[in-house]
Amino acid sequence: MGSETEYGISVPGHPNANAMLTSSQIVNAYATAMQRARRARWDFEEENPLRDARGFDLARELADSSQLTDEDSGLANVILTNGARLYVDHAHPEYSTPEVTNPRDAVIWDKAGELIMAEAARYAALVPGSLPINLYKNNTDNKGASYGSHENYLVSRSTPFADIVRHLTPFFVTRQVFAGSGRVGVGQDGRGHGFQLSQRADFFEVEVGLETTLKRPIINTRDEPHADPEKHRRLHVIIGDANLAEISIFLKMGTTSLVLAMIEDRFIGADFTVDQPVRTLHEVSHDPSLKHLVKLRSGRKLTAVQLQMEYFEQARKYVEDRYGTDVDPITQEVLDRWESVLTRLEADPMLLRRELDWVAKLELLEGYRQRDSLDWEEARLHLVDLQYSDVRPEKGLYQRLAARGRFERIVTDEEILAAVDMPPEDTRAYFRGRCLDKYADSVAAASWDSVIFDLPERESLQRIPTLDPLRGTKQHVQGLIERCRTASDLVRELTSGS
Amino acid sequence: MAAKDTGGQERASRQSEEADEEFTEDSSDLKERQARLSEDVEDVLDEIDEVLESDAESFVRSFVQKGGQ
Repeated sequence: MGSETEYGISVPGHPNANAMLTSSQIVNAYATAMQRARRARWDFEEENPLRDARGFDLARELADSSQLTDEDSGLANVILTNGARLYVDHAHPEYSTPEVTNPRDAVIWDKAGELIMAEAARYAALVPGSLPINLYKNNTDNKGASYGSHENYLVSRSTPFADIVRHLTPFFVTRQVFAGSGRVGVGQDGRGHGFQLSQRADFFEVEVGLETTLKRPIINTRDEPHADPEKHRRLHVIIGDANLAEISIFLKMGTTSLVLAMIEDRFIGADFTVDQPVRTLHEVSHDPSLKHLVKLRSGRKLTAVQLQMEYFEQARKYVEDRYGTDVDPITQEVLDRWESVLTRLEADPMLLRRELDWVAKLELLEGYRQRDSLDWEEARLHLVDLQYSDVRPEKGLYQRLAARGRFERIVTDEEILAAVDMPPEDTRAYFRGRCLDKYADSVAAASWDSVIFDLPERESLQRIPTLDPLRGTKQHVQGLIERCRTASDLVRELTSGS
Repeated sequence: MAAKDTGGQERASRQSEEADEEFTEDSSDLKERQARLSEDVEDVLDEIDEVLESDAESFVRSFVQKGGQ
């Protein structure tokens, strides 16, 4: 699994700044700083200084050449040593995490992306003559524009898509009770007054479809597996909010992945099909009291939390049935937290102020409303909503709350910091990331499913495919990469038929 | 519910006990708790006042994004 987040971007005082340009400045500033850092190490390791200079230039060419397949050609695009991709998508800087195998790692590499963006903005500000650029991990400007935070899950090709649609739609309509980031304003342009659970809900207009930028569908049908298409499809989930709270991220990805596993194994017998899912999605989001009754096609009525509890019960039985007492600790933690969060949401949502983004944000907003007698249309409340997601540690309100210890944690600062540079160890991202670290001057391009080398002794580029997401792990290739001093050694070993 | 789980039983029951404690506190000392919380939130708001961007109105108005996915 993995996630991709488009960050909001602005130059304070310059609302008409060209967002593609400023996004490129962010990505290029980070790429350049990383190359400088790496070059210092090459100077130490490599004998030939020309090689260093070439590495620097080559990496810039890399950014251009790897975009030839992109429609937005000419925009910055780099692969990082942690296996992630940092690039410009539409008019936003975007960070795609490396592939991970579990929701805990998904939290770590998603949070590493926040540090990378904050770092990138700091580097960009050092360029002489540049204006400061602010970055926000949110999903709307409250004036009609929304930008995404997508999740990706590998699903077995043999799973009928109709099953995915049937079982995932009710789950997505109600998942926002813990996965929402909270929003001030109602409707796509945010003109309606009030608070809602989700940043994204109002931007969804249809049930199923291929679009991601307009007429957004609850279930997206894009199918680029970046893996063996015979075996897998990549389920591209576009309905989620960008989260900052670790528990929100963990539950969002952990529960979705469990529900998908049940769908693959055809475990869900019940039919929770929601009557009018798009409208219900909006209604659930618009009711922070969580009392709204969702109407199922069967005629049954229950709250979003109760419907989630039904999915939880299925998942609990599924895990017991499949793994008995041999369940891995992370899956167990997903189940425990899912149940605990739902139980408390049902009792009093404010009990989740230390765990969920929307509740933490709502508590702040209600504090302001009470103390300063503010109505929902007040600019200051909109500012609190926006600034909650500011990536700067000194300015971001999530960050300020976290620094005061007001959020429950499930990963450590050390793990997040390490993930800025290091890839996950148990997927192909390990091979990609380590190659970019050790052989940067020989990597002509890299993508999810290959690393392409430009070697001095070969005329053509050498492509090493990484089609299987679970090959190229630390266990597979650590010895190989340690042993091979140069990329030529590496490619020779990999292609010698072993 | 989770206590029926054979795997991770200890942890699950511990978590629900914690949740129960919180509910008990919630109903018995509601007023006191609300007073305490609001004092705590006051502190947080004071800190946030310091870091909030000045001129909320124009800051929010000028945050305009091009569309995305």
